[in-house]
Amino acid sequence: MAEMMYRDAVRETIREEMARDESVVVLGEDVVGGMGTAGGPEAIGGIWSTSTGLFEQFGASRVIDTPISESAIVGTAGGLALSGKRPVAELMFADFIGVSLDQLWNQIGKFRYMFGGKTRCPAVIRMAYGGGYNAAAQHSQCVHQILTGMPGLKVVMPSTPEDVRGLLRTAIRGDDPVMFLEHKALYGVSGEVPEGDYTIPFGHARQVTAGEDVTVVATGMMVGVAEAAAERMAEDGIGVDLLDLRTTSPMDEEAILDSVEVTGRLVIVDEAPPRCNLATDIAALVARKAFSSLRAPVEMVTAPHSPVPFALELEQAYLPSDDQVEAAVRKTLDYR
Amino acid sequence: MQLSREQLLQAYRRMATIRAFEERLHDVIATGEVAGFTHLYCGQEAVAVGVCEHLDTEDKIVSTHRGHGHCLAKGCDVQGMMKEIWGSTEGLCKGKGGSMHIADVDKGMLGANGIVGAGAPIAVGAALSNKLDGEGRVAIAFSGDGACNQGTTFEAMNMAVVTNAPCIFVFENNHYSEHTGDDYAVGTANDIASRAEAFGMRVWRADGCDFFAVYETMRELLEYVRAGNGPAAVEFDTERFYGHFEGDPQNYRGDGELDRIRKERDCLQIFRQRVSEAGLLETDALDELDKAAHADVEAAVEAARAAPRPTAEDVLTDVYVTY
Ligand SMILES: Cc1ncc(C[n+]2csc(CCOP(=O)(O)OP(=O)(O)O)c2C)c(N)n1
Ligand SMILES: [Mg+2]
Repeated sequence: MAEMMYRDAVRETIREEMARDESVVVLGEDVVGGMGTAGGPEAIGGIWSTSTGLFEQFGASRVIDTPISESAIVGTAGGLALSGKRPVAELMFADFIGVSLDQLWNQIGKFRYMFGGKTRCPAVIRMAYGGGYNAAAQHSQCVHQILTGMPGLKVVMPSTPEDVRGLLRTAIRGDDPVMFLEHKALYGVSGEVPEGDYTIPFGHARQVTAGEDVTVVATGMMVGVAEAAAERMAEDGIGVDLLDLRTTSPMDEEAILDSVEVTGRLVIVDEAPPRCNLATDIAALVARKAFSSLRAPVEMVTAPHSPVPFALELEQAYLPSDDQVEAAVRKTLDYR
Repeated sequence: MQLSREQLLQAYRRMATIRAFEERLHDVIATGEVAGFTHLYCGQEAVAVGVCEHLDTEDKIVSTHRGHGHCLAKGCDVQGMMKEIWGSTEGLCKGKGGSMHIADVDKGMLGANGIVGAGAPIAVGAALSNKLDGEGRVAIAFSGDGACNQGTTFEAMNMAVVTNAPCIFVFENNHYSEHTGDDYAVGTANDIASRAEAFGMRVWRADGCDFFAVYETMRELLEYVRAGNGPAAVEFDTERFYGHFEGDPQNYRGDGELDRIRKERDCLQIFRQRVSEAGLLETDALDELDKAAHADVEAAVEAARAAPRPTAEDVLTDVYVTY
């Protein structure tokens, strides 16, 4: 095991995959950084440091710095993928899927189906998502609630450096288009990372804490928030079965249903606003398939139905907190 | 056309206010007192002011992530802006938007914008609205050398041409989009105006660091657009004095580049030089304006520090007009 930062896990995994397979190509805005300047290529190396050094190692034909043109970035990734390459494209902020939505939704997500299963589109679109930086309504959003509903796209939300490595390998080596969502507040987080060329299959949740009282489901940044609450409640003898979904499409329904069968209580934590999000999706799943196991109404801890606000106090109130998770867990336990 | 003494004083005062506002923010942000992403407009003041001095409230502008200069030039309240940047409920956007989303629609300022390239289509709509009203009013989209590569900008230019919209595309070429040079990212040999021309518009080019060049160019251009000749575009060659965002290490700059542009391309210094050479304004009068601008900004910072803060209840207000 070695200690590694989340952002380094992203970059080093891409580097290894590029070395392993020459069809892997990187593209995005400032992924080289410094193109066309006095400082020259890699003068800066990408605002998230998730691509530093790749240009030097693999050259301009495999590390493509793009103009500010998100539609063309995603579409280019689609064309590369249809032509046998394995593009790893970066959208600097997940919010910018808005600019590129047609290429994501109507193009790369649907090629295989529309073409009668005769093609593959192994494009990985990485993007930094989520709140916590007072970056306001157009630079702080979650997008999994939108992307998960799009048939044809796989959606990955790693919460640890270890999972970044295993899931990104699976994403790059797989043959379907993958939306790889990296929470910007996690980039600086370090964690133990196993040695070796391991992969983590999609659709397999990770049990973060074990417990038999309440099931809590979370993804990405919300895993840490829920874990803080779970650890606190463990001191009071409350056992939380905390599941990190890792991927929202495909989703590990079995892990959720198995857990709810034991606990009879479910809290879903979602950084997205409450309508048509992951929490409503899972609540519906459990209502349909584990109704008789439920001993309390399902609780959802989500952002409110508003754009992400700017001011410190507003964003703090907006983002789901560990206190809210704890209150929701206790509410399900207090039921009747 | 000669500017009157009052016009000259007002133009300098506005440029000085933008400069003071941004330099103050530069210092404050370094202390961590202000949150969020802030992009400073220093170096480009002559563009915003040289454009907006020709406009009245009914003329609309649409701005960018680097929007403070456009806001101030269009008459947004200094204190209201500062309070917004501080996230107060008394800010122009009640603390909901912050630096990247300052707007004052009543002043014809349809918003800074966090999405690069989002502004140009909005300006076309505002221009068509003005065309419907038939008063010869215009709408202006400010865009950078980065934004000119966005499909939305291309679509907007073509749409403006085919609808004969009184829309003006002002391209501020400060030679960088984040950390990438226009030499690399703008395919038309860093000539943005030629793209607009190819869409069928009349275009102008001028030195964006010379207020008088901007002002005269805009006078001619606006006469053309207000007369109903359809859209037009202009590319201003300008400089950004600070990093892309506050905290940018700027390793992409050349040796001595910042010193050089601050020495040779400072639009406030160039203005001073021009008016004193022509004997139009005395140094004392300009110094007074600098002082007044600093005092205004300082008062705004004090007001922003003391201004009321939002609470959790405010999160869900103003999502809709009716619920
Ligand atoms: C759609 C979109 N893509 C990327 C970004 C990230 N970004 C913010 S500003 C910027 C550079 C913009 O360059 P330019 O248009 O020249 O404006 P300048 O910063 O020079 O004022 C980039 C890439 C964004 N905010 N929106
Ligand atoms: Mg620029």
